[in-house]
Amino acid sequence: MVRIIDRRFDSRNKSAVNRQRFMRRFKGQIREAVADAIAGRSIKDLDNGESVSIPSKDLSEPQFHHGRGGIWETVFTGNDQFSSGDQINRPQGGGGGGSGKGKASKDGEGEDDFVFNLSREEFLDVFFDDLALPNLVKTQLARIQEYKSQRAGFTNDGTPANINVVRSLRGALGRRLALASPYQGRLRELQKQIEELLETRPEDDPEIIRLKDEIGILRAKIEAIPFIDSFDLRYNNRIKIPKPTTQAVMFCIMDVSGSMDEEKKATAKRFFMLLYLFLTRTYEHIEVVFIRHHTVAKEVNEEDFFHSRESGGTVVSSAIELMKDILHQRYLNGAWNVYGAQASDGDNWENDSPHCRELLSDAILPFVQYFAYIEITPGEPQNLWREYEKLVGAHANFAMQHIEGLPDIYPVFRELFKKKLA
Amino acid sequence: MSAKRQKRKQPLPAPGEWTFELIEAYHAEIDRVAREYGLDTYPNQIELITSEQMMDAYSSVGMPVNYHHWSFGKSFLQTEKGYRRGQMGLAYEIVINSNPCIAYLMEENTMTMQALVIAHAAYGHNSFFKGNYLFRQWTNADAIVDYLLFARNYLSECEERYGEEEVELLLDSCHALMNVGVDRYKRPAKLSLTKELTRQRERAEYLQSQVNDLWRTLPAQQIKTQTVEARRFPPEPQENLLYFIEKNAPLLEPWQREVVRIVRKVGQYFFPQRQTQVMNEGWATYWHYTLINTLYDEGLLTDSFMMEFLHSHTNVVYQPGYNEPWYRGLNPYALGFAMWQDIRRICEHPTDEDRYWFPDIAGSDWRDTFDFAMRNFKDESFIAQFLSPKIMRDFRLFAILDDDKETKLKVSAIHDEAGYRRVREIMSDNYNLGSREPNLQVWNVDLRGDRSLTLRHQAYLRRPLNGDADEVIKHVARLWGFAVKMEVAHEDGRVEVLHECHQDRRKTDKN
Repeated sequence: MVRIIDRRFDSRNKSAVNRQRFMRRFKGQIREAVADAIAGRSIKDLDNGESVSIPSKDLSEPQFHHGRGGIWETVFTGNDQFSSGDQINRPQGGGGGGSGKGKASKDGEGEDDFVFNLSREEFLDVFFDDLALPNLVKTQLARIQEYKSQRAGFTNDGTPANINVVRSLRGALGRRLALASPYQGRLRELQKQIEELLETRPEDDPEIIRLKDEIGILRAKIEAIPFIDSFDLRYNNRIKIPKPTTQAVMFCIMDVSGSMDEEKKATAKRFFMLLYLFLTRTYEHIEVVFIRHHTVAKEVNEEDFFHSRESGGTVVSSAIELMKDILHQRYLNGAWNVYGAQASDGDNWENDSPHCRELLSDAILPFVQYFAYIEITPGEPQNLWREYEKLVGAHANFAMQHIEGLPDIYPVFRELFKKKLA
Repeated sequence: MSAKRQKRKQPLPAPGEWTFELIEAYHAEIDRVAREYGLDTYPNQIELITSEQMMDAYSSVGMPVNYHHWSFGKSFLQTEKGYRRGQMGLAYEIVINSNPCIAYLMEENTMTMQALVIAHAAYGHNSFFKGNYLFRQWTNADAIVDYLLFARNYLSECEERYGEEEVELLLDSCHALMNVGVDRYKRPAKLSLTKELTRQRERAEYLQSQVNDLWRTLPAQQIKTQTVEARRFPPEPQENLLYFIEKNAPLLEPWQREVVRIVRKVGQYFFPQRQTQVMNEGWATYWHYTLINTLYDEGLLTDSFMMEFLHSHTNVVYQPGYNEPWYRGLNPYALGFAMWQDIRRICEHPTDEDRYWFPDIAGSDWRDTFDFAMRNFKDESFIAQFLSPKIMRDFRLFAILDDDKETKLKVSAIHDEAGYRRVREIMSDNYNLGSREPNLQVWNVDLRGDRSLTLRHQAYLRRPLNGDADEVIKHVARLWGFAVKMEVAHEDGRVEVLHECHQDRRKTDKN
């Protein structure tokens, strides 16, 4: 007796738990890999997973086995040249003191790193984990774009609910006219003949009767053309388009003076990434402007923004000035929502900070949706912070945050996010 | 498609796609022929699964249920990666030594492959599981699925109660000792779910009381000091590390002992499989080949079916030579298949050489000889008993002696008159778990001193332990809770300490 069972539709992902366990166990390595990946990625590139590689020695499962060495006597197949008592040189490549060829190849395996892929969700999870985002925010951000459906003309197929009556009947009318036209032509011809004949002959002339019969047949044919055919049906077409249909520009301003080291830049990068992610929730099209500065400011591409090194003093106002110029030249035509994000270690030339505050207050804050400033410094806030503090009460769209570690980043966005939820 | 069989000898339809009706039809014919050959099997349960489920089964060591552990996740990722890149095909089948015998068929397989797998797994392996003495002694097909269910529930209960981390660390340590958690010579007790459940609590209490007794630290006036000196523990060296730890580790909680026991039992379950690879795979291959061919001879199979079948079969039994790049040692399918075929040949058409080498079986009834051989041997003894000179010539077997004190390797014997016995002996030893794996024993416990545990590796042919040993020692120390020493006893009688791992769990882990 046999039982045949179809298990193909049983719960999938039976080993999902084991996968989670695996991820949890190697969280450290996965985090590192994600941190590396972030360093190498564009800040706009948050929709892909990542392949993570873990040194295989870290995840070995040790067991007692024999190692190399000692005496081994092993049987092989395919003897093509040996006789008893032959002496052979040790095959090279197996390392000294190998224990036969079979062993050598076996030991050679598994030295590579263990590589596997994180899904987009898992990647974002780790990314968010570092930033200590509240769960609600995580789900809001990680959600795939929402769509709304919109009319887009007409199609030949669809659901009955979407039938467009006017279009369908217009089609039917056209078809009826087209199909009937040969009969109509002949009908008109016959009518004319009858009229001509009637002038000379009586009503019951056999010729006239024949013509009348023919007219009767033609009328019946025209009648037989269906009033409406499935072929005539037209449906309202609806397509899905991404819901947010507005556009935004995001200014990233970063201090690249000598005091900003790689670690601070990496923190700043996460700050920019997170802002970008927030904006992608709300806007369909986002442009990013990168401005870096030391004593002079420059608009650069993303690559140079994060990677090129500069040194020297710091004049923050140069960057604010540049942002103002770009903003006024390119983005003040009413079509853009403007966001600003500034990262610095706060170490500004003393006399410049008040000027920065004035610039922000007068020329920038009135035109932007939101401006966030983070000061990445382990110690006391610097002079720029003290100046900016005066702005906080006066402008609702200004936020600032002193950052020592990655979890400090999120509070900057708290206000912003609340506003969007409401 | 309109496949109504009017008469018996109408070939079964062989479309690429399988259907449930066809699987049933093929199974019925295979079953009939298998009965005619006298194969005795457990009832069959054939389950159709997707490739993803196959990978699942793969990574949880082929079992339908298993407890959760990161290492299974790791092997799933590994399998998945290999499969997705097309580097490796999945095994066509997994078969579980249980009653009823569960065989998995993968949905992607063609009808031909499904028929092959049914013959191979549901009749070949199945009859081997039911007949071979190792499986009969070591495993209990009736209880394994229930036991695994019990194990999974028990472990998830432990996770809830003591935390996933805690359980995971414990499992890591137990897994490290899985291959030294087997009684090689003593027959284990049978498994039964009901008994397991009822006895589990009693056992926990009893064990704890025994352990407490062993570690009694209160001054016991009546015990004289000299008798204490004389007392040695364990009285005899023990080979089953996990068992020893389960019964004697001083600091384990009762639930931890139960977990050690579960890992030990699962490890033990796979012990026979490791010792009967050549026999078991060869047997299954022999029977799928024979059953399918018999059906073909009866006119039940089409030529196109046979072409596909032979193509797969040939791949399975391919044996590359030692100097070919894809040589991975002896292919157990190839060797086993050849040996079983050869035994039948010796029975039916013996040559003079066969009569000299195998006086007992030459000319005997092949079915009886097959049955005898299948029931009473494992790889080591099977090869020692049945590897014929003809096979050695066909495979062109030769033995290499690798002594790390010599600069060159030596060919110790080849497939010639002078070498047959020696080659066979060496080959048999190659399949002997006892010499393949290091011989480790629980040597001593310092009862009156620091409670340290001493393990001893009895070196064989100067073979050392591998680099993992000190890692494994740490796992032993975690379970034992006190210092663990690893000694090696050389064949000349010298004993040296290899690794030492100091740990006092009372100070570190306990709060």
